[in-house]
Amino acid sequence: MVTNITNLGRSGVSDWLIQRVSAVLMTLFTVFMVAFLLFHPHLDYAAWSGLFERTWMRIFTLLTLLSIAAHAWVGLWIVSTDYIKKSCVRLGVQTAVVAALFAFVVWGVQVLWGA
Amino acid sequence: MNSRKNPSPKKRPVNLDLSSMQFPLPSLVSISHRVTGIILFVGLIFLLWAFDTSLSSPHGFEAVQDVLSGNALAKLVCWGLLSALGYHLVAGVRHLLMDAGYGETLEGGKRGAQIAVVCGAVIVILAGVWVW
Repeated sequence: MVTNITNLGRSGVSDWLIQRVSAVLMTLFTVFMVAFLLFHPHLDYAAWSGLFERTWMRIFTLLTLLSIAAHAWVGLWIVSTDYIKKSCVRLGVQTAVVAALFAFVVWGVQVLWGA
Repeated sequence: MNSRKNPSPKKRPVNLDLSSMQFPLPSLVSISHRVTGIILFVGLIFLLWAFDTSLSSPHGFEAVQDVLSGNALAKLVCWGLLSALGYHLVAGVRHLLMDAGYGETLEGGKRGAQIAVVCGAVIVILAGVWVW
């Protein structure tokens, strides 16, 4: 048996579950954001920053950010494994993807709690 | 080709006319699910920029609003990302439904792919209406 060492869950079944749970969370966030923006056609800074000052919204947003990172890791791992045959190139791409996702999560945390 | 000695006694059919081969719809839905996923990954940098800038200050909020209302390229990127997200979401829901046992037959797979394409097209149009 080949053991995968660059995918998120280390097993296909684990990746499968991560992909679906994160997908549902991101769908909920997307529906919420679209509804919020549609119900606030004349959105101003006060209402916008007020939304992200609430604890539940920060938790919801952070959960979505982590879901994005996990989902993109699993998804891009599958795609890169399918199409990039050369091991060193594939490892390079996968490392770059994970590093970028890590940076996005830290950036998002800074926006949510910083400033 | 004919001048060389052919070790195989049988004449095999050769088809190098790639345009005569077609992807079935479900595989097109699948490949575009992958493509939109990659687009969304690349688009994250724009989303995080807008997220960061819009929450940084009232001035930053206005800057994002101005870009999204005045800049044609920004509108195009926004529409593209909303479309990619909408399509990717629909194709993902199709996966969840198939996981639950719906549309797992050959016919069901084709029908599901058709529904995904139609829903995706509707979302692309609605996203365009929203942005412009």
